Amino acid sequence: MKVLTKKNLMILGAILVSFLIVQVLIMTGILNSFYEITLAMICINIILAVSLNLVTGFTGQFSLGHAGFMSIGAYVCAIINMQMQSTAGFLLGIFGGALVAAAVGVLIGIPTLRLKGDYLAIATLGMAEIIRVLFLNMEITNGAAGLNGIPRFTNWPWLCLFTVATVVLINNFLRSSPGRACISIREDEIAAESMGINTTKYKVMAFALGAFFAGIGGALYSSYFYFIKPDLFGFLKSIDILVIVVLGGLGSLTGSIFAAILLAILTTFLQSFTAVRMILYAALLVVIMIFRPKGLMGSTEINDLLGFRLPFGKKEERIE
Amino acid sequence: MDQFLQQMVNGISLGSIYALIALGYTMVYGIIKLINFAHGDVYMIGAYVGFAATTYANLGFFAAMVISMASCAVLGVIIERIAYKPLRTSTRIAVLITAIGVSLLLEYVMMFFVGAEVKSYPALLSKQIFEFSGVRINMQQIYIIVTALALMILLQYIVHFTKTGKAMRAVSIDPDAAQLMGIKVDKTISVTFAIGSAFAGAAGVLVGIYYNSINPLMGIMPGLKAFVAAVFGGIGSIPGAMIGGLSIGVLETLVSGYGNSMYRDAAVFAFLILILILKPTGLLGKNVREKV
Repeated sequence: MKVLTKKNLMILGAILVSFLIVQVLIMTGILNSFYEITLAMICINIILAVSLNLVTGFTGQFSLGHAGFMSIGAYVCAIINMQMQSTAGFLLGIFGGALVAAAVGVLIGIPTLRLKGDYLAIATLGMAEIIRVLFLNMEITNGAAGLNGIPRFTNWPWLCLFTVATVVLINNFLRSSPGRACISIREDEIAAESMGINTTKYKVMAFALGAFFAGIGGALYSSYFYFIKPDLFGFLKSIDILVIVVLGGLGSLTGSIFAAILLAILTTFLQSFTAVRMILYAALLVVIMIFRPKGLMGSTEINDLLGFRLPFGKKEERIE
Repeated sequence: MDQFLQQMVNGISLGSIYALIALGYTMVYGIIKLINFAHGDVYMIGAYVGFAATTYANLGFFAAMVISMASCAVLGVIIERIAYKPLRTSTRIAVLITAIGVSLLLEYVMMFFVGAEVKSYPALLSKQIFEFSGVRINMQQIYIIVTALALMILLQYIVHFTKTGKAMRAVSIDPDAAQLMGIKVDKTISVTFAIGSAFAGAAGVLVGIYYNSINPLMGIMPGLKAFVAAVFGGIGSIPGAMIGGLSIGVLETLVSGYGNSMYRDAAVFAFLILILILKPTGLLGKNVREKV
């Protein structure tokens, strides 16, 4: 398969142009620091939502513990970065955090992924709570007070790079043979198994990949906001990510991206009305589930709607 | 030894509250296979109704409890009708997400109206302490245990000796067959929600009295722990929920009594993961073979 097709080059160009436009806007001060925070939240939320979508939307394994993996990435990166205050330390922190999160994902995934649906949801929720309580009680994480004064290395170029890399890698994974196996598990686990797919292996693989990218999201978060504490990564954070995935569509990468942008902007406007924002989120969840149980975009990608093809997962022919 | 017995007494009174909440989970799960995430928040609303009844209307313990149970029963039926009924035929994940949505909705609507701050519950029961050879038990704990026991006996009576109970058992075994036998499935599901939510309301008032403080997010943790209790006892089984609730209460007090109280939530969840791996059907649950 040729990598440098006309289409891919065009997309690369589009990404570069939008990157440069935002960079110029930041440098000239048109995008002030207030909007810069929104921008960072958008990028981090895209990473988190796309990685959760891989687990929940594409592989069909309902996870309520994504914030747990995010917190692992955040803490590992913060601790490494505070020891080594350099860009090398930052990169080491990000990949260290992501790898630890992925390792924990495998460790937890192997026993819990035998469970189905509701039970898996509760087990992953429990796991995230256990991780949170451990961080609350550990010496190195400074307990409930959290870590303060984390050096900031996350900036727009890094955010853009990691966001694009996450989306491209997950998109390519989904179009590979293991990715197809994951989608087949969502469609019908028993049928997939009888076709010779090692369902446990692919479920754990999707789970670990999801955890890896969640770790990256968490690492970027800790390096951007100077400060982390265990309570930031509680049950409600997992729900926040889930809302994005559900809103965008379970099984739609572009849907997750749009929902992440939409909700980050919404959150910025409703910053001083936390209760109202949460009521809105909750009502959205219920209404979407009643009227569009697969999320706003379902499993269609934006290119299916626009009528031309971008290299986002091909629309699957479904036999209902 | 005295300390151990003391921890057991505390654990059993806490456990009876978990058992009351767990009953609601297990009944709803038994009948429509849904983890009703909003159940913990119905319990929170129950605590607030009890708070309003005692603080503003100056009612006593029993009146407050009855009012709280009645309002929660109505609330439970409304939630079922609006949010869950349209999803009867959808996927399990869709219903679960709806349940999480309803739960958040209740929490933050409540926060919007009463504020996020903690409210202190009026002292309804005397704090008289009885001592039996070194083990102290106070009046509140006696009330909690007795109320919980009475309600559980009532529930056993309803489920096993009334027509409604028979309908509930029939629907939980096979809704389609039950419908063919002339049972009104929708009505039975509503009744189940009403009973389960009423129990949560009772638990809310008891917790308000026991811990003396309530807040809009108080339902999350006890709700989840009660769910763990229901899973431990075997989800769908009513005696299982009682045993599970008591065990989780005792486990939690033992961990905080002998270990580190910071780890008590983690202990409960670790216990859950262990059960799910070793015996996913729970103590008294039936193993249902999957059909293709």
